[in-house]
Amino acid sequence: MSLWEYANPVKFIRTTDKVLPWVWALTGICLVTGLVWGFFFTPDDFRQGSTVKIIYIHVPSALMAINAWLMMLVASLIWIVRRHHVSALAARAAAPVGAVMTLIALATGAFWGQPMWGTWWAWDPRLTSFLILFLFYLGYMALWEAIENDDTAADLTSILCLVGSVFAILSRYAVNFWNQGLHQGATLSLDKEENISDVFWFPLLFCIAGFVLLFVALVFLRTQTEIRARRTRALLAREGQA
Amino acid sequence: MKALLTRDLMLAIRAGGGFGLGLSFFLIVTVLVPFGVGPQTELLSRIAPGVLWIGALLACLLSLDRIFALDWEDGSLDLLATAPLPMEGIVSVKALAHWITTGLPLVLAAPVLGVLLSLPIPAYQWVVISLAVGTPALSVIGTFGAALTVGIKRGGLLMSLLVLPLYVPTLIFGAEVARRGAEGLTVQAPLLLLAGISFGVIALLPFASAAVLRINLR
Repeated sequence: MSLWEYANPVKFIRTTDKVLPWVWALTGICLVTGLVWGFFFTPDDFRQGSTVKIIYIHVPSALMAINAWLMMLVASLIWIVRRHHVSALAARAAAPVGAVMTLIALATGAFWGQPMWGTWWAWDPRLTSFLILFLFYLGYMALWEAIENDDTAADLTSILCLVGSVFAILSRYAVNFWNQGLHQGATLSLDKEENISDVFWFPLLFCIAGFVLLFVALVFLRTQTEIRARRTRALLAREGQA
Repeated sequence: MKALLTRDLMLAIRAGGGFGLGLSFFLIVTVLVPFGVGPQTELLSRIAPGVLWIGALLACLLSLDRIFALDWEDGSLDLLATAPLPMEGIVSVKALAHWITTGLPLVLAAPVLGVLLSLPIPAYQWVVISLAVGTPALSVIGTFGAALTVGIKRGGLLMSLLVLPLYVPTLIFGAEVARRGAEGLTVQAPLLLLAGISFGVIALLPFASAAVLRINLR
């Protein structure tokens, strides 16, 4: 029994089929608990008023936007090293989810920034690097779409993912240099004295868990779809030859 | 290696278009900017360093698909791949040829175009220096993008989408050097970081470009 057994598409589909209902159920529970608790049963912030509740969408989606890219990076590395097709397809499946998470983070950030900072958008380092991350997602997905041969596409996109990660990190620190921030620093660190108040923290924890599970569920589902779509194409190609 | 370099340079000069095209594009962009933002001298001189950098970057981008596309079409890229020269070497030479035919003329033309944008006097040297340090990075990164999209028909637009985000750090530091130079501030930190990016991509990115080119030639 090793992790690599799941590189077998049949095994992957069978296992994820069993796991998926549970993941969906947990996602629902976490998200409903977190959002209802966060929206209706937490006090308003003494300075920000009720806009503070945007945090329950904004923070988890921003977190997943970055982690989705990290997951794609790991999946691409596995594809390059061990050439498991499921891994390449999982990276492909995660990209649109990550892109949407980035878009959600940007949009909710704009809604939050409008009343708080008085502007929808500022060229703040965090905002800018998220926009750049979004562009990376777009390029990655476009490259997948553009290449017809599946293996070539997987190879090229995984190398793009590796190179893109380096440049994304580079851009992250470059924009720091370029403009000073309006966005607050980290308030969720585990090792700092001054953090977000517990009243907001616990529902937020549920929301983060919900978003993580949602991401896992969507990636499983989309990977299954990719595998099945590729099988269908293979079957059609075989029939065409016969 | 030298033969490949001279061949690429000859082709770029004699085949027409390739050599002057990037330069003309740079000229057009800088001429269009005053039409867009108005002819006020103080406004122009404030944005001039950034405009010159963006113009150079776009001119560079425009000529990228020439790096591999023609060789790919007539099959000489396959011949090069089977030559004793390692693929990393081929990619580096291609990037160097691209820089000599595109980057270098841009560096030399930048001060002339700076006059059109009423670039402040102290900024001239820093614009030239930052472009000279930064354009090799643009060429090398662009070679990676060109190698990535060489097999795709009409891949030019896709290549722009892939390459432009990769240009962000270079542009930030390059334009920062030029801007600080124009305002008479110290330029050491961004200049060192820009040089770091250039040397870093020159050293490392040819391996990635060679890898994707091998995949595309498979």
